[in-house]
This record gives sequence, structure tokens and C-alpha cells, in this order.
Amino acid sequence: MPEKTFEESLKRLEDIVRELEGGEMPLEESLKVFEEGMKLLSLCSERLEEAEKKVTLLTRKSDGGLEEKPFDIQENEVP
Amino acid sequence: MDDDEKMFEGEGPRVYSVSGLTAEIRSVLESRFRFVWVEGEISNVRTPVSGHCYMALKDESAQIRAVMFRPRARILKFRPEDGMKVIAQGRVGVYEPRGEYQLVLDYLEPLGVGALALAFEQLKKKLAERGLFRQEIKRALPFLPGRIAVITSPTGAAVRDFLSVIHRRFANMNIVIVPVRVQGEGASAEIVRAIETVNAGLGVDVIVLTRGGGSLEDLWPFNEEAVALAIRASKIPIVSAVGHEIDITISDLAADLRAPTPSAAAELLVSEKESFSRRLEDLRGRVIANIRRSLLDGSRGLAHLRARLRDPRKSIENGWQRLDDLTGRIQRAETAVIRNKAERLSSAGNLLKRASPAARIPSLHKKLDYTRDRMILAVNAVLSSRLHSVSLIRGKLGGLNPHAVLKRGYCISRGIPDGRILKSAAETETGKSIRVTLWKGEVVCRVEEVDSTGNRS
Repeated sequence: MPEKTFEESLKRLEDIVRELEGGEMPLEESLKVFEEGMKLLSLCSERLEEAEKKVTLLTRKSDGGLEEKPFDIQENEVP
Repeated sequence: MDDDEKMFEGEGPRVYSVSGLTAEIRSVLESRFRFVWVEGEISNVRTPVSGHCYMALKDESAQIRAVMFRPRARILKFRPEDGMKVIAQGRVGVYEPRGEYQLVLDYLEPLGVGALALAFEQLKKKLAERGLFRQEIKRALPFLPGRIAVITSPTGAAVRDFLSVIHRRFANMNIVIVPVRVQGEGASAEIVRAIETVNAGLGVDVIVLTRGGGSLEDLWPFNEEAVALAIRASKIPIVSAVGHEIDITISDLAADLRAPTPSAAAELLVSEKESFSRRLEDLRGRVIANIRRSLLDGSRGLAHLRARLRDPRKSIENGWQRLDDLTGRIQRAETAVIRNKAERLSSAGNLLKRASPAARIPSLHKKLDYTRDRMILAVNAVLSSRLHSVSLIRGKLGGLNPHAVLKRGYCISRGIPDGRILKSAAETETGKSIRVTLWKGEVVCRVEEVDSTGNRS
């Protein structure tokens, strides 16, 4: 099963908050849901931070294959 | 000397053969009209399989056949249609086998609109009819892209603008640039290949197709049918941001999202990381606040229960007190109720009394008592008379007791040996013995004399 996307996690979090705010949940269940919420929160935070800032340029090698090289705006600017 | 003069010279007119005449016509026309510009209206245009485009150019009073051979016809950007007003450039040619002259066209351009603009309109109409631009087939963009591919010129301003906006909003976004030519011959093929390459597996979840502003000609590769088809064939959603705000290209129409500029594309694609972070923080705050509140409510509830449970004796005492209190209240209430009821009863009773035969009851009672007394007396009387009788009888009986009789001097005589009580002298005879029972003791006697007359002295 694919792990939850950021969007799905965020949606589930909002559902959890709404359920908790509803005040109808028995204590035990709300503790369980709280735990799930905290887990999702940390997953989402990680997701925001994990992507490395990375800009690459796709180039074709001499043998015809493809490779990615770091891309620097300054170098590539046309005067 | 001209031909007419030659005739009169006696040589006779020159007689051409058909081919000869035609050849001369051809040479005259082809040299005279080696390079002409013609303005006219297209009619009867047809392009058979050969790829050569045949038509007639006409105006109000004349028409001329024209042909554009395949090599030239192929690169026409627009499709010649009947009724189109055009300007053409070519040469006059003579087709000898049919004796026809025609224009052999090198160039054709719609009058007024421009070939490219016309071509754009034609393709737009054609692809729209095929449903390529329908809203329903457009794919959704990812909520938070993991990796973005940008198909563009690596040296243009577009990529610079795009990158700077992206990094401002979300510093650690992962981007791969796929370099292509963005104008001129072969650019559209490169764009198509780039789209295919990204789809083949670069781990990208959205593609941005972009280039800076330019003329219609410059932007032309983005108006090619092949590019539109490649965009729709892509499994990865594509954002098109080509030219300036006012430019709209076929790729813009075919893409899943059009952005007016590369910067706008970046903004549409990536919400600020700030806002994601803020949203998460807000949610975190709310989750914690809510769980805290639930716990607080829970613990308050618990405290209440605990307080009530804490002293069972107190509880019991309270209970007793309460019981007494309630009992008192009940009693008071009962009394009140009873009193109330009694009052009601007595007033009812009074009413009843007044109306009822109850007044007769005491007299009935008296009668009852009187009757009872009489009955007792009567019974007593009967009883005492019986008693009296009984004592009389007892008295009699007493007198009849043989022992009492014996005491008075009488005796009982019995024969011997039979023991039979003698009641008559005749029952015995002289000389027999008889036993005589006296009050005290017995004597045995011998009979001396028997007198059965019964005379008693």
C-alpha cells in the first residue's frame, strides 16, 4: 500500500482535529487519535524539510545516455 | 522583315506545328513571367495523394490555374481553402501536353491575416473539435510536488524567473531542467522528445513547459500539432507558460494548466512552504488543545466521582439524615394528607349521616342487645329447668340405688345355686336354701314356709 501523500496526511490531520473538537469522542479513543495525529504531524513536517534543494540539468552523454548535472543559473546566463 | 511581309515576298506564311507553336508560347511566357506576384482568390483547391496542391486563382473577370508542388506545399503552415484571398509568388509555366498555362507557385500567403495566424486558427479549431482542449481530461496538479521538470531553454530568462520564485516560496524544492531549443526548425521535435523522456522515468510529478516572449514565429514550435499531442499523451501533468501574458499558444490550450508567465507558473505550482508550515502548526495546536481539554474534562469528572466516593460513612450518614428528613416530610405530608382526607371524610360523613338511615343504628343496636339478653335469659331458664329436672331425676335415681334401698332395710334374695333373684315365693320351696344380701353382708337361709297368697302384713 503506498504511503500517504502529503495531501492525504494533511486531510487526515484536519479530520482528526475536527473529530477532537466535536467533543463527542470517548477519552480512550481520543487518546488513540491524538497519537495518530502527532505521528502525522511529524511525518508532514519531515516531508516539508526532507526534499533537498536541488536543481539539475539533464544532459546527454556521448554514449547517448542521459545524466543530470548540477545547474547553476549564473553560469548559464546569456548576456 | 516580319512574317506578314514575308508572305507578300512570296515565301508563304510560316506554318507551325502544334508542338512548335506551343513551345514558342512556352518560351515567351516562361521568360516573360519568370518571377511574378499575383493577388487573387483561391478556388477549386485540391491536394491529391501526391502532395502537390492544385488550385485556381481568380478575380471578378479572370482566373488562372496554379500548382504548388509537394516540396513547397509541404512546408505551408496553413491549409489553402476555397475563397481564401491570397498573395502568391511564382512563375508562369506551360504544360505542353494539355496546352495549358499555369502558375507554378513558390510561395503562398493569406492576404491580411498572415499565414501563421491563420494556421494557428485552423489548428486550434481542428484540435478543439477533436476534444483535445476539454476541461474534463485535464489532470490535477500535485498538492505538494516532490520533483519538478522544467522543459525550456537553459539560457533564457524564463527558467531564471521560474527558479527564483520557486526557491523563494519553498527553498528545498527538487528541480530538473530539460534543455530544448524553443524556436526554429526542429524545436517542436525536441520538445516532444523532452516530454517523452520525462515520462519515461525521471521521478517527476509535474512538468513545466515554458519560454519567454517573442513573435508568433518565435513561439511557433509551441503551436505545432505534435507538441499538443505529446502534451495530452503525457501521464505527468503539464503546466504551459509560453510567451507573455497576452500570448496564447496551442500548448497553453492543450496543457493541464496555463500560466501567463513562468513566475506565475511557479506561484501556481507551489504554495509557500510557509503556509504549509503554518497550517501544520495550527493543526498541532488544535490537536493538543483538544486533547488537553478532553483530559481536563475527564479528570474533572473523575474528581467529582472521587469526591463523592471519598467518605462512604459520610455518605451513609447523609443517607440516614436524608432518610429521616424524607420520612419526616412524608409523615408530615401523610398527616396533612390524612388530615385533609379525614376532614373530607368527616364532612362527607356528616353529609352522609344527615341523609342516611344511620340514625336507626343505635336503636337497632339496643334492640339487638335486648334480644340478646332475652335469648340469654331464655336459654338460662331452659338450662335451669333442665338442671332441675336432672337433679330431680338424680334424686329419684338416688332413691332407686339398690344400695340405698338396702340401707332402708330391704334385702335381695337369690336362689342357690342358680343365683336368680327371687321375686316371688313361688320361685322357691320349703327346705331350699337362699342367699340373702343385706345392706351389710349376706346370710344363707333355709325356707321354712312358703306363702304365695301375697298377703302382706
